[in-house]
Amino acid sequence: MSSETASPALRISINGDPHSVPGGMTVAGLLSELGMAERRIAVARNGEVVPKSSFDKAGIDAGDRIEILEAVGGG
Amino acid sequence: MAAITTKDPFQIGNRTFHSRLIIGSGKYASFEENLACAEASGAEVVTVALRRVNLDPAKGPSLLDVLSPERFTILPNTAGCYTAEEAVTTARLGRELLDTDLVKLEVIGDERTLYPDVAATLEAAETLLAEGFTVLPYITDDPVACQRLAAMGCPAVMPLAAPIGSGMGIRNPASLRIILETVEVPVIVDAGVGTASDAAVAMELGATAVLMNTAIAQAKQPEPMAHAMRMAVEAGRLAYTSGRMPMRLYASASSPLDGIARL
Repeated sequence: MSSETASPALRISINGDPHSVPGGMTVAGLLSELGMAERRIAVARNGEVVPKSSFDKAGIDAGDRIEILEAVGGG
Repeated sequence: MAAITTKDPFQIGNRTFHSRLIIGSGKYASFEENLACAEASGAEVVTVALRRVNLDPAKGPSLLDVLSPERFTILPNTAGCYTAEEAVTTARLGRELLDTDLVKLEVIGDERTLYPDVAATLEAAETLLAEGFTVLPYITDDPVACQRLAAMGCPAVMPLAAPIGSGMGIRNPASLRIILETVEVPVIVDAGVGTASDAAVAMELGATAVLMNTAIAQAKQPEPMAHAMRMAVEAGRLAYTSGRMPMRLYASASSPLDGIARL
């Protein structure tokens, strides 16, 4: 088990699937972990848009619903 | 005599476009086909949808690697949204993703017909216009709804000609004519076109532009169909600006009636 100073893992959902991420992670950190840092994507956290300019400031909390979207073919 | 030209630009807000054919990017067999059809269509504006990204690290390129925003004006839509709130959030996500103020606003009211929810579309349009979006609303062929959207500040309205993906053609020429006569902003006929003659009919009615997806993507050979649509839109526009002859019930001989030989 982690010591008292280490952040426990947080359970969140990403695109509807359950994930565990380390505590203290930012949206930018999550995207980097997922290999999405260079991809053209947009992020919503609990139904609210996370602006690109805030990716490295926006934290992730237990229970967050993260949606990571990209442009796909559509009419 | 004025030069004959199919270069006949139009404005949406402060943007000028030369192609009156706007295409969707859905239902293509591959990204390569998507790009080939975009090129063959001559379209400058291509719509896209926003969907969950594949988290698989082995995922391939993305659509925007092929349909480059540097080359095409990418118009994100809010397809799949059934409430004003979902559509507003999706539009904001599109703005983040593409650095664009453009949005094709779709708020669907019925799953089977994909008819717009007019009240929810008006509500979402009001919110998005206040946030500085350039809102291009997909809407029913209702002149009053189109007038309301134009009065709110939408720089164009996009009434349907038949249900999305139905390919039934221009089923509502009378409604579209009333919209064209009573709405001050550009009218883009969105949805219903099935083949080239449909696109020409829409343009001959006086539509500013036509937006289509399935008619190209689901043609047996999409790329030549994209070219056919380009020609149809140009032909329809030129016929409209040329002014068609009046219809008559009875014949009017094309050859002189004088000087006919007595045989």
